[in-house]
Amino acid sequence: MTRFRRYLPGLPAYAFAYLVFLYTPVLLLPVFSFNDGTIVAFPLKGLTLKWYAQLGAQETLIRALFNSLIVGGIAALASTSLGLFAARAYVRYRFPAKEMSEGLVMLPLVIPGIIVASSMLIMFVSIGLKPSLTAVILGHTFLALPFAVSIMKSAFDEFDQSLEEAAYDLGETIIGTFRRVTLPIVSPGIIASLLVTFTVSFDEFVLAFFLSGNQPTLPVYIWSQIRFPAKLPNTLALGSILLLASILLLVVAEYFRRRTSKTSI
Amino acid sequence: MRSEASKGLALSAPASLYVGALVSIPLGILVVYSFWTQTYVSIDKTFTAVNYREALTDPLVRHLLVRSIFIAGMVTIATVALAYPIAYFIAFRTQKKTLWLLLITIPFWSSYLLRVFSWKLILGFNGVLNSALLSLNLIDQPLTFLLYNELAVVLTLAHAWAPFAILPIYVSLQKIDPSLLEAATDLGLSPAESFFRVTLPMTVPGIVAASLIIFIPTVGDYVTPALVGGSEGKMIANLIQVQFGAANNWPLGATLSLIAMVTVGLVAILFVVLATTAGRRIR
Repeated sequence: MTRFRRYLPGLPAYAFAYLVFLYTPVLLLPVFSFNDGTIVAFPLKGLTLKWYAQLGAQETLIRALFNSLIVGGIAALASTSLGLFAARAYVRYRFPAKEMSEGLVMLPLVIPGIIVASSMLIMFVSIGLKPSLTAVILGHTFLALPFAVSIMKSAFDEFDQSLEEAAYDLGETIIGTFRRVTLPIVSPGIIASLLVTFTVSFDEFVLAFFLSGNQPTLPVYIWSQIRFPAKLPNTLALGSILLLASILLLVVAEYFRRRTSKTSI
Repeated sequence: MRSEASKGLALSAPASLYVGALVSIPLGILVVYSFWTQTYVSIDKTFTAVNYREALTDPLVRHLLVRSIFIAGMVTIATVALAYPIAYFIAFRTQKKTLWLLLITIPFWSSYLLRVFSWKLILGFNGVLNSALLSLNLIDQPLTFLLYNELAVVLTLAHAWAPFAILPIYVSLQKIDPSLLEAATDLGLSPAESFFRVTLPMTVPGIVAASLIIFIPTVGDYVTPALVGGSEGKMIANLIQVQFGAANNWPLGATLSLIAMVTVGLVAILFVVLATTAGRRIR
């Protein structure tokens, strides 16, 4: 192995350059959101907070934010509940067509977004459900499910089965054991899953664009603002807040996820 | 006590039924729609293949489909090629694996829409890159080839999908038994030889997984071509969206979605077959 370490001395430098490539577009939004000018270009014109201050007065923005919070909250609860039970089945039991079922719930990750969006739009309209937040919630639950299942699977992987058996032996019912033994132990996993699935829904655009009708979620609202150069600084400020929110949620989720699994990633 | 099998089925049923229903029912209705036709405001429900004939003979559709496959292919190659050294670095050359993996996944959790939008700001005529180069006196005219073309789409998507390439390759590198590499060295292979004859062939599954995870969704990407592609970089998803939006021709939109999906599926299958045979050959 020592020979490998000396080989390719440029690799760490490449890795750092790659990080710069990854982070530049992400950090650009906050940098220019404080810029006292409407054009996103160097040199910076001076610091200002006015773009942030203007956000609070925009009613459509606030409504879109509420829509996104509702959609994200419900989709997170629904996908995590479905994922919780499915993950327990996959980790604990052997049953017919298990591999098929495990593959099936991962399917939402690999279907192109435009196909999910267009086919769901047609289906919802066919069954009489007009484009609305309900339609977006159903769609986002679908998209977030693979994330919930994988997080919950790793939470159950670490779970010591003998604890449940002990509870049965001590006279607990199945439901009682689940509520008083299983649930508390996997709860960090549940919290991590809720946060991650919420973030997935909160940032999702294409499906919401097709299904939200006249109730835009936040990304759909941002999409409508992107075209207007005059709105650009406000969009940057809004984007920076969302960026910070997403990253905070993820850091918290990561913290809880680690509490369930001692193995690193 | 119920049997293990029935418990497993009962617990996993809600999730698999939900996904199963939301895949099969919309696709089924999509197929039905694709055989209907749009007559101004209403939909004519007589079965006809006219949409397919129209879509398959329209040079624009063919052009956009070929371009979508081409762009997605370029994105896949670029992303995997750029990501492989990083995955290698994390797997073999650093002790702080968890930190690096975290650093790489964090940007991915920010809004996809905003990241793509940010590239538009970077690459624009009066954008960040041009203004930076101008103020450093490196150029005297703004560069015009940066935005609104296929290159911009490839670059933006290669950025957006980076973690999806790094993680599967990293996992497959992690799985390599170090004693195999030691054996290769003991048998007199140079580091380059042992990389191409031991490491690379053993990571083919990771490369295939990464490629599929990137290629399939990228073909149908809507946001990136719409924001940074211009007219030169439009892809099939943009045309599909037009059918469901401004053109208001849902049956044709359904047909296009299905054609895109079948094409992606065929290309993906072809790729898997080719990659696994190639993987076997280098070994």
